[in-house]
Amino acid sequence: MLRLPRFELRQPTSVAEAAGMLQDLGPGAVVLAGGTDLLPNMKHELLTPAVVVSLGRIEALRGIRVEADGSMVIGAMTTIAEVASSPVVAERAPCLAQAAGLIAGPQLRRAGTLGGNVLLDTRCQYYNQSHFWRQALGFCLKKDGTACHVVVGGARCVAAAAADSAPALMTLGASLELERAGARRAVAVEDFWVSDGIVNRRMLPGEILVSIRIPPTPPGHRGAYGKLRERGSIDFPLLGVATRIDLDPKGVIERAELVLTALAARPRRVNEASTSLRGLRPLTPAFDEAVREVAGMAERRCRTLSNLSGDTAWRQAMIPVYVRRTLHAAIAGSGPVHHL
Amino acid sequence: MASRDLHGIDPPWGEFRHVGRASRKVDGLAKATGAAVYTDDISLPGMLHAKLLRSPHAHARILAIDTTRARALPGVRGIITGEDLPVKYGILPWTQDETALAVSKVRHVGEPVAAVAAVDEDTANEALKLIQVDYEPLHTYTDPFESLSRNDPPIHEHHKTGNISKHVHLSFGEVDAALSRADVVVEDDYFFHGTTHAAIEPHCALARYGAEGVLTLWSSTQISHYVHRALAHVLGLPAHRIRVIQPCLGGAFGGKSDPFSLEFVTAKLSMLSGRPVKLLYTREEVFYTHRGRHPMHMRYKTGATRDGRLTGVDAKIVIDGGAYSSFGLVTTYYAGQLLTGPYDFPTYRFDSTRVFTNKPACGPKRGHGSVQPRFAFEVQLDEIAEKLNMDPIEIRRRNLIAASTTTVNGQRITSNGVAQCLDFVEKASGWTSRRGRLGPGRGLGVAASMYISGTNYPIYPNPMPQAAVQLKVDRSGLVTVFSGANDIGQGSNSVAQYLVAEELGLALDQVRVVSADTDLCPVDLGAYSSRETFMVGNALIDACRKIRPQLVQAVADKWKVDGTRIRFVNGVVGDLEDASHSMSATEAICLAEERFDALGATGAYNTPTLGGDYRGGTIGASPAYSFTAHVAEVSVDIETGRITCPNVWIAHDCGRALNPMLVAGQMEGSAYMGVAEALMEHHDVYPSGLHKGPSLLDYRIPTSVDTPALHALIVESLDPEGPYGAKEAGEGPLHPSIPAISNAVFDAVGIRLRQLPFTPGRVLTALRARAKEVSAETARAGGPR
Repeated sequence: MLRLPRFELRQPTSVAEAAGMLQDLGPGAVVLAGGTDLLPNMKHELLTPAVVVSLGRIEALRGIRVEADGSMVIGAMTTIAEVASSPVVAERAPCLAQAAGLIAGPQLRRAGTLGGNVLLDTRCQYYNQSHFWRQALGFCLKKDGTACHVVVGGARCVAAAAADSAPALMTLGASLELERAGARRAVAVEDFWVSDGIVNRRMLPGEILVSIRIPPTPPGHRGAYGKLRERGSIDFPLLGVATRIDLDPKGVIERAELVLTALAARPRRVNEASTSLRGLRPLTPAFDEAVREVAGMAERRCRTLSNLSGDTAWRQAMIPVYVRRTLHAAIAGSGPVHHL
Repeated sequence: MASRDLHGIDPPWGEFRHVGRASRKVDGLAKATGAAVYTDDISLPGMLHAKLLRSPHAHARILAIDTTRARALPGVRGIITGEDLPVKYGILPWTQDETALAVSKVRHVGEPVAAVAAVDEDTANEALKLIQVDYEPLHTYTDPFESLSRNDPPIHEHHKTGNISKHVHLSFGEVDAALSRADVVVEDDYFFHGTTHAAIEPHCALARYGAEGVLTLWSSTQISHYVHRALAHVLGLPAHRIRVIQPCLGGAFGGKSDPFSLEFVTAKLSMLSGRPVKLLYTREEVFYTHRGRHPMHMRYKTGATRDGRLTGVDAKIVIDGGAYSSFGLVTTYYAGQLLTGPYDFPTYRFDSTRVFTNKPACGPKRGHGSVQPRFAFEVQLDEIAEKLNMDPIEIRRRNLIAASTTTVNGQRITSNGVAQCLDFVEKASGWTSRRGRLGPGRGLGVAASMYISGTNYPIYPNPMPQAAVQLKVDRSGLVTVFSGANDIGQGSNSVAQYLVAEELGLALDQVRVVSADTDLCPVDLGAYSSRETFMVGNALIDACRKIRPQLVQAVADKWKVDGTRIRFVNGVVGDLEDASHSMSATEAICLAEERFDALGATGAYNTPTLGGDYRGGTIGASPAYSFTAHVAEVSVDIETGRITCPNVWIAHDCGRALNPMLVAGQMEGSAYMGVAEALMEHHDVYPSGLHKGPSLLDYRIPTSVDTPALHALIVESLDPEGPYGAKEAGEGPLHPSIPAISNAVFDAVGIRLRQLPFTPGRVLTALRARAKEVSAETARAGGPR
């Protein structure tokens, strides 16, 4: 078994205490939520923190609540299993509920947290490997080296954003509440991720993700998530497709969103979905035609790289298929789009 | 009573009490409750932990190794390199080309170069980073065809045939003439990609060299006897000062049937340090250790008459062996020798070449050597059926070999239930009513196969028994079985319990099994080639039949009746003609102990002389063959290329099913593994020789939700030489899974999948090519009608 490097564990009981610790400890400390991403990465020596600050004892970070204005606030330490099975989430944010239900497998969903998934490190077949393996290959520019093995000669890390929740939250216009010693701020998820595979999150040193806020969705809100992966469970996405379609009371599309993930370092919004689908009535020839157009547009907008294992050409070819199927699933109120 | 006796198929006391019933495994509860003790669960006072430094290069000369800094690290108790264990070993005596740690060069990424023993794992790992190795990289071979054509630099300096590990060419009858006379000939290339075992338990060894000069090794091995011999050979210790124990084992599938680096390294480090030393491989190290299924490039040419009878088969196979020989010599033979059933080949020729490449060494995996050719041939047979417009089951029926016959290459066939296997899967799958009527993208495919129940040729030639057991019977009423057999989860210890209880008329809990401890148990050759039930089973019956007359006579004398009236049934002894006579089996044992002194017996098994009278003719010769047929149902998503396999019907002729529950488990597990190899698994390296993903996240095996419904249908053609008629069930049922899926995909969407694995990307490419062909045909035919 791979050994977990030695570290000191701190277990604060309030956000303020945790934020204070992180401020004092500086860059040598990392935050532990469910540990399902952090601990394997530590075993691979991708991180070797001196101190690990666990948020596990901070009760205030758990739970799902709906505020007076209809906003839904999900504590960052709420488990993925809870998000996936919550009737409140299913009703207000079906795309997020579906995405959560397809993250990893049952055991990992019970340990992993929504906040942890939002902050998931980017993934690459040349990065998520042991120290020995990376050394044998030659260290890459995301960790310990200067070369990129995905884009030979590339100077920019193209590790993939692999959080299933991220594109769903983008379609929902969610915002993240972040706290550091003495300061709290909210940032729109739309602006949170950047296209840098090394660190794709705009987070300040010492910041803790406190909660995820999802604005109210109208009665005609629909959403679905599509996930491409090799197996029916456990695997990270090879492609993630989040869709949102809001129908007005007459059944006409008033808002449509499409965000793809697991291709590049940040989730990718396909703006054409909004313009092409708005004003159409579902289940008409014009709608079907527009969906096909959007699907084709998504394929042209995205270029799949060999950052994740598997057949790159196939992943690319699956973009229009999964976009089309996921948009239709949103309209039908079905989903998720998954091969099992 | 002797090792070549035949014991018959009949119940020893009129009717079976244990055989044929779904009894629990002897270790089932211990495994389910976590009480079972695996090698890594064992901890000894003062125990050190060892770690291996592994090569980052696929092919390189070792110029220098500097361990000075590592030795200076506090907590380090021993460091060894190749120079400390220079004696070459290998599972086969003719191809000993491995060393425990690399000597002068490395041949694949991940090959062990140095070993450290330290007070804990972290210290050992830290020490590894302080060892400096200077390498001179050499040309890396990853393409087997390059190894065929190029010897410079050689992967093994002194190998007589350069980078060619083994070449076999055998011909039976006039193949060319038979093919030229055939009404239909199909010729195609097929590729098997290479897969690994992925047993749950990683390899682990713990060695203790005691002050009395005895080395004890606990190891997760499936071949304790060969490990025992290899340790003696490499360490220069007499075998009687070595004891090998196999604790409870978490899966092997052929991946634990070589002697491995960790076994020698822990032993040597214990001898040097005077402390017990343990080494547990990481999952990544298991992938570098490998010995999985060989990639094979196969060209098959098969001829048949208009009415579907085969006339000849011609095969040319290039086998990618990886860096070492392992079982490769046998693999090269098996690739040809095991294909000559269940169909009659009037003529047959194969040319099989195994080459070395700079990859982790391949070896035996469940269905050793024959799963790949079986895939190619069963797809080719479907292609012939297609050309003849014949039902795929029908063409198979027309070519079946009979029971009690000899194959074209001289294999003696005894019992044979393959016809019933085909009947069973045809009926259960609804073949005749459902095939062609399942709707778009769905289909059914069939395949059949044959496999050995042990081989007649021990790995090192010797005239001693292949299997031996010892029984101890005493006044407690307990019979202890001492068996050298390795229970690797297949249930060999459980089978031993059922057979002894049956044969001596005892309750199951009156029989306990001590196994795979070379100090306590007679020699058995180990768990490979599906030999345990057949060979150890016969040895057990042999031993029991030495004890049984003593028990019977003691009771008969007590009751003053003839021995033929006595019956031992499930722990109770009765008299067929006088119901007032009754005693417990324990009382009977006491009487026998009083009468005959201490009770005990040995039993043994050896195969009859088998095999064709030609060089290599004994390889693949088995005392009995199992037979299998599968029907697979698939559904193909034509937009994504993804194959889903909702159902597999598996009919397997295992002779008498000693425990139908365990047989069904083996059948399901085999089919699961075949489906996995067809659809997901791929053991592969980059051009640099580095493994593409040595973890269970990247090397994908199906989860429970990816697994088809597996329908086990047991066929029992009682074998005249098996224990009560039993044959093997652990490997045969894997073979048809892969071609049955390929054939089902053809039925579903009209594409032939001849290259493994059947990934969705590959299927999608084939579907698109097929769509183009169809539209071109339609255009030629004058447009759609």
